[in-house]
Amino acid sequence: MDVSSPSASELMIIAASRALRGNRTVFVGVGLPNIACNLARRSHSPDMELVYESGVFGAQPARLPLSIGDPTLVSGATSVVSMADLFMLYLQRGLIDVALLGGAQIDRFGNLNTTVIGDYARPKTRLPGSGGACEIAINARRIFMIMRLSKRAFVNKIDFQTSPGHLDGGDARQRLGMPGFGPDQVITDKALFTFDNPEREMMLVELAPGQTVESVRAAVGWPLRVAGSLREMIPPTAEELAIVREQLDPQGLYR
Amino acid sequence: MSTKLIPMREAVARHVADGCTLAIEGFTAFICFAAAHEIIRQRKRDLVLCRLTPDLIYDQMIAAGVARKLIFSYLGNPGVGSLHAIRRAIELGVPRPLEIEEYSHFGMVGRYMAGAADLPFFPLRSYVGSDMPAANDLIRFVDSPYGDGPIAVVPPLKPDVAFVHAQRADVQGNTHLWGLLGTQKEVAFAAKKVVVVVEEVVDEEVIRRDPNRTLIPGLIVDAVVHEPYGAHPSYVQGYYDRDNDFYLKWDEWSRDQATTEAWLEEWVYALPDRAAYLDKLGRETLDRLAPGSLPAEPVNYGRYG
Repeated sequence: MDVSSPSASELMIIAASRALRGNRTVFVGVGLPNIACNLARRSHSPDMELVYESGVFGAQPARLPLSIGDPTLVSGATSVVSMADLFMLYLQRGLIDVALLGGAQIDRFGNLNTTVIGDYARPKTRLPGSGGACEIAINARRIFMIMRLSKRAFVNKIDFQTSPGHLDGGDARQRLGMPGFGPDQVITDKALFTFDNPEREMMLVELAPGQTVESVRAAVGWPLRVAGSLREMIPPTAEELAIVREQLDPQGLYR
Repeated sequence: MSTKLIPMREAVARHVADGCTLAIEGFTAFICFAAAHEIIRQRKRDLVLCRLTPDLIYDQMIAAGVARKLIFSYLGNPGVGSLHAIRRAIELGVPRPLEIEEYSHFGMVGRYMAGAADLPFFPLRSYVGSDMPAANDLIRFVDSPYGDGPIAVVPPLKPDVAFVHAQRADVQGNTHLWGLLGTQKEVAFAAKKVVVVVEEVVDEEVIRRDPNRTLIPGLIVDAVVHEPYGAHPSYVQGYYDRDNDFYLKWDEWSRDQATTEAWLEEWVYALPDRAAYLDKLGRETLDRLAPGSLPAEPVNYGRYG
């Protein structure tokens, strides 16, 4: 196994999987989060309950799910319920430890845009919209974001606020009575960020192999806050890469 | 009692009027393309289409020009990418302008719930701190009458007609469904007319032996259509898998209006019905989509008296 050249996607998948350690219930999204959660369950967290907005609790997919509504998520799951029950009794009831979200744009407080680039009424680019992201961002105990780091995505002002992060920072969420803590980590291909400060502002805490504070700063659209003690990401292990490449992504979609 | 079993052509002609509000639900699974294609063939116009995830089914319908408005919560080709035809309609007005009314998934679910239970609104913990209420005036906040602050509400949605795909029903429309339940029950109870489309029509006795699996009672069903593989290229749990090759190819075909219309001509307008579609699709494709067997343990309801 060639461990020297993990792709950007593989780096994010593996970093996200590691960040999920210790969580019991994880709300899984499409794409990268799907692989990251399945990697976590197949490696360090076999008891992790994978929850999908399609109505599945405790999925044990026998193949890599092609979408969040793949039939392999149903066969062998702990429970399959209506979407009404999933949103009311699992998410809103407060049973979700962590949810993984992504988006086209994110700002320094972790607010997410998945709706439009440009003006809502006359969009330059029409994006998918919320799906379950808006209520997930409000109700899950903590949110991990998974996104590629780029100046187009990490912007000073997002064009549309689909899913609230820490709003304008500080205790804004608490003042509005939001049940969940909100954004906790932002996992990218170049760096890891947390919001571990009173202002709840995105803060660089870990660099991926080969990255520098300057290279990360250059990809962020606001003056970036950097943690006092900066860590270096432990490179993906051969075992992690083997599970991703041989079991979860045999077609190499994320290579 | 007389049978409600009719062909798709008749179900669409009878229950889908120009300008009506229509829901064909099914979250990734049970997406009734058979109904959509018949609606396109009958050249219905000015429909208001409701669906959490417009998916390929509404991409095809909107490319064919049947809709004037879309009510939705997630606009994507699941696991693949964009819905190009709908984006064309929104961004460029091709083939005709499309009005949109946008929610989150929970908001759409709540709208069907309020419609199904005849409530004036559905309260949910969402939308606070989001721009979505500013983009859609129907998402509002009310103060809890019990003094615990504001809560988001959405209005009831009562489609004129819903097509609900499922594994099996009897001729009265008592319907068994298992797998991803989605919003199939809620949309059926919310709609004014319900057409159930099934893989198999079974004896009433089959339904009565497993009443917990009856998601929809015949009481609210207006028509039953027998249409095997009617959800292709989506899937039906235990019957066939999603045709993912199709979802990938649609991403290419749908990139411009001309190739989209060529597809519609070949696979919808030129064919008389679903049987012809399946013939054209071929046995090999259907065999490729057949899942292995994984039956549940039988349960004992008991005999009392």
